[in-house]
Amino acid sequence: MVGAACAYYAARRGLQVTVLDRGSVAGGTTGAGEGNLLVSDKEPGPELELALHSTQLWRELAEVLPSRIEYEAKGGLVVASDEKGLAALREFAARQTAAGVTAEVVPGGRLGDLEPHLAPGLAGGVHYPQDAQVQPALAAAHLLRAAGDRVSLRLGEEVTEILTGAHGEVRGVRTPSGDLHAPYVVNAAGTWGGELARLAGVDLPVLPRRGFVLVTEPLPRLVRRKVYAADYVADVASDSAALQTSAVVEGTPAGPVLIGASRERVGYDRSPSVEVLRRLAGQAVRLFPALATMRAVRTYAGFRPYLPDHLPAIGPDPRRPGLLHACGHEGAGIGLAPATGRIIAETLADGELPLDISPFRPDRFGGGEAG
Amino acid sequence: MPNSATDDPEYDLAVIGAGAAGLAGAVTAAELGLSVALLDTSAQPGGQFYRHPAPALGATRPEALHHDWSTFTGLRRRLADSSVTLLAGHHVWTVVRAETGGRWDVHAVTGADGDGERPVRVRARAVLLATGAYERQLPFPGWTLPGVVGAGGAQAMLKSGLVLPGNGVSPAGAKPRAGGRVSSAGATSRAGGRVVVAGSGPLLLAVAASLAKAGARVPAVVEASGYLGYARHPRTLAVNAHKMVEAAMHGTALLRHGVRLRTRSAVTQVHGSDRVEAVTVSRLDRDWRPVRGSGRRIVCDALAVGFGLVPQLELATGLGCTTRRAQDGSHVLDLDAQQETSVPGIWAAGETGGIGGAQLACVEGELAGLAIAARLGGRPAPAGSARARALGRRRDRMRAFASVMAAAHAPGAGWSRWLDDATDVCRCEEVSAGRIREAVTDFGARDARTVKLLTRAGMGWCQGRMCGAAVACLAAEGPGEALPPSPERRPLAVPVRLEVLAALTETAASESGDPEASAAREEGTGG
Repeated sequence: MVGAACAYYAARRGLQVTVLDRGSVAGGTTGAGEGNLLVSDKEPGPELELALHSTQLWRELAEVLPSRIEYEAKGGLVVASDEKGLAALREFAARQTAAGVTAEVVPGGRLGDLEPHLAPGLAGGVHYPQDAQVQPALAAAHLLRAAGDRVSLRLGEEVTEILTGAHGEVRGVRTPSGDLHAPYVVNAAGTWGGELARLAGVDLPVLPRRGFVLVTEPLPRLVRRKVYAADYVADVASDSAALQTSAVVEGTPAGPVLIGASRERVGYDRSPSVEVLRRLAGQAVRLFPALATMRAVRTYAGFRPYLPDHLPAIGPDPRRPGLLHACGHEGAGIGLAPATGRIIAETLADGELPLDISPFRPDRFGGGEAG
Repeated sequence: MPNSATDDPEYDLAVIGAGAAGLAGAVTAAELGLSVALLDTSAQPGGQFYRHPAPALGATRPEALHHDWSTFTGLRRRLADSSVTLLAGHHVWTVVRAETGGRWDVHAVTGADGDGERPVRVRARAVLLATGAYERQLPFPGWTLPGVVGAGGAQAMLKSGLVLPGNGVSPAGAKPRAGGRVSSAGATSRAGGRVVVAGSGPLLLAVAASLAKAGARVPAVVEASGYLGYARHPRTLAVNAHKMVEAAMHGTALLRHGVRLRTRSAVTQVHGSDRVEAVTVSRLDRDWRPVRGSGRRIVCDALAVGFGLVPQLELATGLGCTTRRAQDGSHVLDLDAQQETSVPGIWAAGETGGIGGAQLACVEGELAGLAIAARLGGRPAPAGSARARALGRRRDRMRAFASVMAAAHAPGAGWSRWLDDATDVCRCEEVSAGRIREAVTDFGARDARTVKLLTRAGMGWCQGRMCGAAVACLAAEGPGEALPPSPERRPLAVPVRLEVLAALTETAASESGDPEASAAREEGTGG
């Protein structure tokens, strides 16, 4: 998704772009995500700024791209089970509001107006109308197509080497079918961005953080918004390697209800985890009791690309002229893709950046040149 | 023989699937002193091959539809005499490594067809996967019309319900069920109905013979391959004479009923407004491309169609077992000489290691039973014993034949030429061939997984068991290099209610308890 957005905005800036992927379009983490476009889970700071800018860009893209990408500005609802949780949630929402987020506190008695099937007895929640959803694989595929003739796709081709010139500057990439020359290379390899950086001789500590999504049989619209419990925010920001789950429940236009989101650092292990499924199902049923008798028909794992400070790496790498990074967005890559793509395009075209990108500097972790 | 598990006992061996392979493995291991749980979705053992009517139907001679019935009755008697715990009506949805070392947890839900569900966990020191196979379907215009049934499904209907396809409600017209088998619900019989049998593979002859014997008229058996593929391996054929005898018996039965076998041909269209009235049969070239102008119309009331079998591997791939590509392009488990998978402690027998039939499955099940008993008893692999050596030889001989068979009936790449853009390939989600082709040519899908993400093909109730083979073929037709296909992953082998998942016992992977979750738990025994 991030690569598609970089290609789209770069092409709109008049650049010729070749998109290489060792697999299919949306074959990596994009294809394993739920398509969250969230501001609600972000603390005030650089990532929220990126998200707010992206929210605007997604609205524009939804006008340009066909409705098949299933963009829905449906809003998010974060709920708290008790007064203590609600107080923390209100305080968090107040700080977000100061940073430009639209957030409306909803008392417990009014939650049913927004979500009729929500469990009774919850203390209250906060409604975030800016939260939205998209079908990520379709969005990436249609974005690439909308980019037009300036973008050419080379799929099933793995980059094996970054070509460099006499002064260490990037000259292009090598794949099994030959060399491709270009003055700029954008690393949008997501969870595998660290490996691509290593090919370019620089260090970028991207690691996988596994998540499972549980998918139900198709249902009539039971869940209107994106609904999750307040502890989700704490899990997103956590540094723990251990398993964390906080159910994010949402309906989809096609009918199935998606239940995310677990987070654990276990490398690239796709084997099913009964414990994750137990917790996701239990938490989802507690939020929406009517889901109890519905069936899960499948589950899949994806690997979020995360960097130690939970911020992405976006922009030129001073250690390797001509190399730019656009990866490490953790679980927010779909949401943050348009703003990331615009930053990359404006950087390449010497244009004006939409926001300060210094917090996303790729060399902020030190380490300098690798090997 | 006890009938159900009590308080979550631990077994030496859990066998999943009570068909030929699973039965043989379970009784062999039990006779060597292991405690064995045998899990199966059906109410009675036998699997697909030894499917037989429920006792309530009062069939007097179920063996009339089976050759080799004595093998099954022998296994059934040994099962009754054994200490094997038969867990019938258990739908296994996943197998995972238990938190205590060297143990496996088999998670299942009980209840007929998974309804009225209760979670059950069976813990064992070793697992034998004998999950069998399901039928491969390749779509063609009209294949969703009522009256089109799976060839294997037609056979199953005859074996279990003693009914004929060809009249009344069509099972194939209904949505496919999880598990990929065409259901037999609502089919009614009418002696003398005309059933065309089509597709590819040795099952077609058996199905046609059974149908004819049961009173149906079979205007034609339409086989997409030539039988020349077999002739290239005279030695393999010579040492598998019983297979030739079997084919000859079916052939003789067909001749007696006046059935014509058309090779290198396929049903390329089904005609009818609300049910099957006729089919068009076309000649195929070597790559299964229909020969223009060769179409002939055959009037019939039903079509039984299938293109061979595909191993059911989701439990194995969930465990990370290595697979390899068989001669017909399907993924099969990579097994060692003792029937063990690449994951130590997980064994497999029968169709999961490549389609080979019930006799091979019996031999492999027995071999696996011997090997597992030796391993758990701390003895060296039993390859040295006379019994194991003889079994090994029989297995290798039958495996060689199975390879020839798989190669002879491997779908040719040209089959998709008979598929027009308007025909639905994925019936659950109603995704047409045109939409799939567009995803491949215009939107960068290079494999079945991305086609699924872009079109929803394979996302429905059957989870791609019905359309997976076809979608993978269409994905490979895109521009540039196709990605090597990977075995399909289905971490939930059957759909499971959320309340069942939520009621599972917390495992050690969790770092903190969750009192609210416990409060919401259902009463459950094995969970």
